[in-house]
Amino acid sequence: MSKEKFTTLKSSAIPLPIENIDTDQIIPARFLKATTREGFGENLFRDWRYESDNTPKADFVLNNPTYSGKILVAGKNFGCGSSREHAAWSIYDAGLRVVISSFFADIFKNNALNNALLPVQVSDEFLKKIFAAIEKDPKATITVDLTNQKVSLEDGSSESFDINAYKKTCLANGYDDIDYLISLRDEIKHFELAH
Amino acid sequence: MTQQKTLFDKLWDAHVVKQSEGHPDVLYIDRHFIHEVTSPQAFDGLRKRGIGVFNVNRTTATADHNVPTLDQHLPIKEALSRHQVETLRKNCAEFGVTLYDLGHPYQGIVHIIGPELGLTLPGMTIVCGDSHTSTHGAFGNIAFGIGTSEVEQVLATQCILQYRPKTMKIEINGKLGKGVVAKDIILYIISKISASGATGYFVEYAGEAIRSLSMEARMTICNMSIEMGARGGLIAPDQTTFDYIKGRKFAPQGETFDRLESQWRHLKSDEGAKYDVVLTYDAADIAPMITYGTNPGMGIKVSDRIPTVEELKDISEQTSFKKSLDYMGLEPGSQLLGKNVDYVFIGSCTNARIEDLRMVADIVKGKKKAEGVEVWVVPGSKQVEEQARQEGLDKVFEEAGFQLRQPGCSACLGMNEDKIPAGKYCISTSNRNFEGRQGPKSRTFLASPLSAAAAAITGKVTDVREIV
Repeated sequence: MSKEKFTTLKSSAIPLPIENIDTDQIIPARFLKATTREGFGENLFRDWRYESDNTPKADFVLNNPTYSGKILVAGKNFGCGSSREHAAWSIYDAGLRVVISSFFADIFKNNALNNALLPVQVSDEFLKKIFAAIEKDPKATITVDLTNQKVSLEDGSSESFDINAYKKTCLANGYDDIDYLISLRDEIKHFELAH
Repeated sequence: MTQQKTLFDKLWDAHVVKQSEGHPDVLYIDRHFIHEVTSPQAFDGLRKRGIGVFNVNRTTATADHNVPTLDQHLPIKEALSRHQVETLRKNCAEFGVTLYDLGHPYQGIVHIIGPELGLTLPGMTIVCGDSHTSTHGAFGNIAFGIGTSEVEQVLATQCILQYRPKTMKIEINGKLGKGVVAKDIILYIISKISASGATGYFVEYAGEAIRSLSMEARMTICNMSIEMGARGGLIAPDQTTFDYIKGRKFAPQGETFDRLESQWRHLKSDEGAKYDVVLTYDAADIAPMITYGTNPGMGIKVSDRIPTVEELKDISEQTSFKKSLDYMGLEPGSQLLGKNVDYVFIGSCTNARIEDLRMVADIVKGKKKAEGVEVWVVPGSKQVEEQARQEGLDKVFEEAGFQLRQPGCSACLGMNEDKIPAGKYCISTSNRNFEGRQGPKSRTFLASPLSAAAAAITGKVTDVREIV
């Protein structure tokens, strides 16, 4: 089943300069009770975003109208902990399409890539530069160019990022891993018989 | 001369269906476990594509994450949880998947029932939509957690697309000291290398201290591999492994077992095999451990002080460190020893097997819990619960004022009603101390079952070595 295609994204960004953001923060367990993939965005960062009586916490970045955009910029080891794909779904559902960090947890990275959400890993130095650029101008545009695997800032500075060729093709064309695997079912049957 | 290979590489290579340049490997999966929380959307995907499960004999389901731990014979009160468990029932019936539902004698936490039923075997590839799938690696297999899209891949094709991780060997040499158990070993390792120290790697645990452990203790170690970011962790199988498996419900029996056992004996890394990273620790340096912060890497020996900002290994983490201690209501540089606890949780896929319950019972036998402390013992499975009763552990817990509940993930993640109230301190045998993990604003100290039992009696963070 095809997904949204990704080539280039130009957007302002939302800064979250905290390390080791785990998937329990991204979407707390008590919101994992749904049986569909939609609607998780409203509970993205629930306990950082809202008081226990559901009033928004004014000091949290997602509640601050100064910051907006389709890019989330976060500290290193983003997405550690639980394998819940709901974390990727909630970020996507909230309208974000890219997460930039200096380090991603493995399972989160896979889950993001399976949901048309691009994890962009940059160096610690470049991450600092991005945070500084947003601090200087919250509306500063960041360009994420998947085709050329490059992320650039308005001042012209840029850094290239890694993504494997297969996943890049999938994202650019909206392909799905399952379609590819299903096309191999006969080969898998043969393997299974001999296994 | 053939190249020496690690056990991980041997197992991986034996499961590659297809390898092509620029593509991730197509990896065949021998055993797939599912539960109510991360499977519904995957079954929906199959329905939308109009396909069935590729091989139903290789998938086993149970209800664990979202189930109550009291009155399991009654319908689940909470509507959304009930719907999720009912959806699992419906999906398993429709697609022909075996389900160990609430009330079934084999129901329990997915990573506890797999091994105890003999479904988890050496040499396999095992996945589940849960990061603690690494538990099964204790039997010498490749086991790792996956997302729901990947659950759908496995249901649809019995395969998954994966890039081969790098390999890391962690050796623990020497003998463990008094009061030091498997949980302390793994908390010690994570405190040394951080919550992201093994990201991108698959770990093999080795060394005398690991070899000396029972299977249940080995599972505790492998279980928390993910807490340092590792894709998984394994331990080469040995006689301890084979003895554990023999005679289990779904394990191979008779001659088949003997034949497989002789094959399993070859499952080990070759002498001189190259790992990308090798770490070595001395068991004598490990003490009872406890975490003070909001990720499992923030651990100390129970008798040590919490570090100060200046003492942090990674200065770039000071913002997170301060945020974390603020959340925990703790001062940098202070002692945890003697700190009052409000709750004690003994449970989870890390430490809810029969040996864990026995460890707790040994400490509390004939004693009472401290005034004002609430203690929950949540067995990992119906079989563990039954065994505990047969051994009279239920009486020990009852006399101590502990609550023995019914099996499930419970307060490890607080998806059901078992939540630690805001601001309260819980010493927990589970695996994660993230903000709000055990309930909104709850505060978690991760520790071993021994340390948790000691705290239940004294009402404070206690050095268990003073008791045993």
